[in-house]
Amino acid sequence: MTAERASLRREVRIGAPADEVWAVIGDPARIVEWWPGIVDAKVDGDSRVVTTGAGLPMPETILVNDRLQRRFQYRITAPMFREHTSTLDVIDLDDGTSLVVYSVDAEPSTMALVIAGAAGNALQHLRALIEGAT
Amino acid sequence: MGRKILFVTTDQQRYDTLGCNGGTIARTPVADSLAAAGVRYERAVPQSVVCMPSRSTILTGQHPTTHGVWMNGVPLPADAPSVAELLRDAGYRTALIGKAHFEPFLDPFLRFPENALALSGTTGAGGPHRGFDHLEMATHGPVGFLHYARWIQQNHPEAIGMYYNVLDGKLQVNAEGGGDTDAPQVKANPIPREWYHTDWVAQRTISWLEGLEAHDDWFCWMSFPDPHHPWDPPESEVGRVSWRDVPLPAGYPETAAEREAILDAKPRHWRMWYDGTLVSNYEAPARWVPAGMTADQVREVNARNAVEVELIDEAVGRVLACIERRGWGDDVDVVFTTDHGELQGDFGLLFKGPYHVDALMRLPLIWRPAPNAKVAPSVVSRPVGLVDLAPTFCRIAGVDAADWMQGVPLPFDEEDAQANGRERVLTEWDSELFGVDVHLRTITRDRWVCTAYLPGTVHDGSEGELYDTVDDPLQRHNRWDDPAQRSLRDDLVADLWDSQPPARTERLLLEAPV
Repeated sequence: MTAERASLRREVRIGAPADEVWAVIGDPARIVEWWPGIVDAKVDGDSRVVTTGAGLPMPETILVNDRLQRRFQYRITAPMFREHTSTLDVIDLDDGTSLVVYSVDAEPSTMALVIAGAAGNALQHLRALIEGAT
Repeated sequence: MGRKILFVTTDQQRYDTLGCNGGTIARTPVADSLAAAGVRYERAVPQSVVCMPSRSTILTGQHPTTHGVWMNGVPLPADAPSVAELLRDAGYRTALIGKAHFEPFLDPFLRFPENALALSGTTGAGGPHRGFDHLEMATHGPVGFLHYARWIQQNHPEAIGMYYNVLDGKLQVNAEGGGDTDAPQVKANPIPREWYHTDWVAQRTISWLEGLEAHDDWFCWMSFPDPHHPWDPPESEVGRVSWRDVPLPAGYPETAAEREAILDAKPRHWRMWYDGTLVSNYEAPARWVPAGMTADQVREVNARNAVEVELIDEAVGRVLACIERRGWGDDVDVVFTTDHGELQGDFGLLFKGPYHVDALMRLPLIWRPAPNAKVAPSVVSRPVGLVDLAPTFCRIAGVDAADWMQGVPLPFDEEDAQANGRERVLTEWDSELFGVDVHLRTITRDRWVCTAYLPGTVHDGSEGELYDTVDDPLQRHNRWDDPAQRSLRDDLVADLWDSQPPARTERLLLEAPV
């Protein structure tokens, strides 16, 4: 049977050092710069509310924002999710490039795919944003 | 002034639902008269049996392997080739009215132009979208961002709750039953007929046609969302076909033992889906178990499907009447087809999936050339594909087919088909969803349908299906392992692999469930 929840992953390799990539990802307000379809992000402590292109407010709780591990983790608390956690890891590849991994665990599984699909597209934009700037 | 083109598609319609193809449940006098005056194809085959890949094939004239939309939820790239673009460049006015689905529907971020377009009007933000000057889009109900949904939301909000909820609370394809038999995706819909999407699509088409200049050449893709499930036509129309009077489909084995024996001779995902132990794709309700479907449910689904087919036929008739009123009757080519079929009770199954049999792969296709072209009516039995539509539109318009097109123009008759060396049509399936992958490659040639399996979650790559469509039109006897057919099978499989189209260099990502 189709699972109630799903765990999905998207990744991109970016031609820039991890610190440079982390400077964008680690700032939760900057998500509007690299995630197409998010038109606004308001951050207040560990809460963030993004607004989608469809005008939907999506409240989130920031769970981890760890500069040392370069890990950003958040939970979407909008009612369309029964459960959600997304994790962004920026991994330095020691050759001037880095790997960004976006993992999403969510129920319902359909929403995990919606988020992962949008994240995959967003990672491509992140790469273009950063490589275009370097 | 050239020939104008009315391209009519439906969604998920079987070959045998039209009277001209032997259907006996729905009355389809408009389609039947088009067939009588034009060319009726007896074996039109899609290159994919789900919407997005198949519709992308229609638009691009390419196989899914080449255009890259390998399953529902993979968006067709914005820069993909488009036959509408070619026609527009040749001076045609172009419109797409109804269901597009080159991009996913489930889009809360509003990332895809199809979903965003209704907010800005009827043209793309940067000009024509995929070659269409004018777009007014719809899908199977009033939810979402498309033009029809917005029209309902703004003008008839009370109708929103009248439709069946296509998705359930967990955003899975809904398994909830309704009607008299509790059949899945069936609901009594009190919506007035004139608010229903079939009539809306026809009315918007008529409105666009009435706005054209008399001398304009035009290409209009009128794309009905029906008879795709949910089966919730306006309740005022349901009495046209009493489900109690509907015979069971020939493809429905009436006893469980018979169904199970047939399914057990096919690759194992058939039986696993029937038993509810494997759902490989998003196109059928995940929580619905086909083995529990009753004969009466099959009857009711077929009855409601027939009502939807009749409403489409009447809607096409109204558009053709408009064309006559405009004085274009002799100059318009009409092409009628669908994107893929529907199991509709065959083998005890409903909906669609990785099942390459006639229920999903034998499509209605009619080409009524412009009467001024003086093409004699005919019937073509050799296989043709939806991949052939784009070059056909080019031929009608007097435009050279582009070198990126992989099909050839549809034949006028059997002799033309033979002269052009038409032998084979290809179909493919790839799906990867929540850890389950299925991959099929199929060749339709001569009287045979042959499917080879690639390794996947429940297949090791040695499986296959081989059906004789003449001696076994219901495809109940899988001849893949029949020693008497071994050399034929080897020949078909070799032909299948030799004929594969070139693959897109970079694989596109799955971005949404559908």
